[in-house]
Amino acid sequence: MITYEWLYILAGIFFVGWSLLSLRDRRFGNAGFWGLLALSFLVGSHVSDFVNGLIVLALVAVAGMGGLKRSDPATTAPAERQNFSKLLGNKLFLPALVVPLTAVIGTLAYNYTPFGETGLFEERRETLLLFAIGVLFALAAGIAWLRPPALAPMEEGRRLLDSIGWAAILPQMLAALGAVFALAGVGDVIGSLAGTIIPDGNVFVAVVVFALGMAVFTMIMGNAFAAFPVMAAAIGIPLLIVEYGGNPATIGAVGMLAGFCGTLLTPMAANFNIVPAALLELKDQNGVIRQQVGTAIPLWVCNVVIIYVGAFLLWN
Amino acid sequence: MNYWPLLGIAIVVIGFALRFNPLLVVVGAAVATGVLAGLDLVSVVEALGSAFNDNRYISVTWIILPVIGLLERYGLQERARAVIENLRGATMGKLLVFYLGFRQITAAIGMKDIGGHPQAVRPLVAPMAEAAAVKTHGDLPEEEREKVKAMSAATDNVGLFFGEDIFFAIASILLIQGVLEGYGYKLTPLELAVWAIPTAICAFLIHGGRILAFDKRLGRTAK
Repeated sequence: MITYEWLYILAGIFFVGWSLLSLRDRRFGNAGFWGLLALSFLVGSHVSDFVNGLIVLALVAVAGMGGLKRSDPATTAPAERQNFSKLLGNKLFLPALVVPLTAVIGTLAYNYTPFGETGLFEERRETLLLFAIGVLFALAAGIAWLRPPALAPMEEGRRLLDSIGWAAILPQMLAALGAVFALAGVGDVIGSLAGTIIPDGNVFVAVVVFALGMAVFTMIMGNAFAAFPVMAAAIGIPLLIVEYGGNPATIGAVGMLAGFCGTLLTPMAANFNIVPAALLELKDQNGVIRQQVGTAIPLWVCNVVIIYVGAFLLWN
Repeated sequence: MNYWPLLGIAIVVIGFALRFNPLLVVVGAAVATGVLAGLDLVSVVEALGSAFNDNRYISVTWIILPVIGLLERYGLQERARAVIENLRGATMGKLLVFYLGFRQITAAIGMKDIGGHPQAVRPLVAPMAEAAAVKTHGDLPEEEREKVKAMSAATDNVGLFFGEDIFFAIASILLIQGVLEGYGYKLTPLELAVWAIPTAICAFLIHGGRILAFDKRLGRTAK
């Protein structure tokens, strides 16, 4: 049976590769960071929680000291890319399409045809495992078709990875924060507080408060990912899911999207709102946000309605 | 009841607002929350390590980068530009609505880096939208040109935000999965990702409608 453990070994090998290439490039901070992540993937299941905790602290230390830098591996020149683009045409989109197609069609086949009875994949884990298989297919197809130099795919991947930098593990770290919040009973504390504010049994008001909290926390922090574990612990889990019995999938997914509406409204999300204003040489630094207000607010209302209808009216 | 663990939430909010390194903020908040809930330091490090380890699948998605990088090496970005450039001659409204849909669909199948402000909006979408607006409505005052450019950037953001979550192997979906699993709710990424579809449709209708209304309004003010 193929399990997540296989996936971790595969990812571990990729990160070892990126760590070694960084080392060859004399970017020691990057080599250390991706090397630690590789270590977590390769041995995380076999060492104690305390050792895993030390790996986390080491990762944060490297990132916190500014050890990660962008990299600039050798690649094709803009004129060459233009030529390739003309020569290869829209077929260039196909290898990228292989990944979601493998995962979605594979998942459907696994769940609705006899293929599922083979028990090939760990239960409920098939989509991400099929995603990895899709990546390997796409990579093999791309290499066979384009015939790049041997190290090119990993070097191109490193260029993208280093432009993402420490943000690559932020979602994983935030999920871990959510788990520590759960352990510390943060949700229970806020649940009891919120119970005194939100009128007893009023599901709609609770949904509004949850979605508003996601948007407002996102605006303050500039990041819906960070708002999510906080609002899940505060209202999403204790009130909407446990107390009122809502559908966890709707509450989680659409709650995040209510946060994205907040991202459209805040100068704290500089990459999306302030940087483009500068790139476009707008006189008004908040010009982009001004054009987004009219979309963000009605869309937030839609999200409230979708949660209320999808997680409660249709679910129960 | 012990209210002290709530301080962890305050640390997250303040730390992000003050622009400290987010990894540092998150780990600081986790440690503070654990200690204030009465755990000793070693148990907190253990809890953090165990939770980080359990959520490794979220960071597995980066193995897609060599595929995208390889395609970029052979002109993926340039190809995306060519698709958009085919719309030269369309009105500003049609152009931006098309770009909105293109951005949502490509993000929904995992190509979220195909657009973006430095790669697509500045060199391509904004100048094309401006040229199209001038062509239909005649010369525009500076103020209105700024709005056209800002609307182009806004369209990129809306398309990305409300397309990407349909792709199941994306950090935000797996983060939701990880947090819910921490509370004992086991969901698959696809179960979550389908719930991004209704909002994606609303976003297309609302923002698309606003773009077309903006194009119409420009025509009135220009006359």
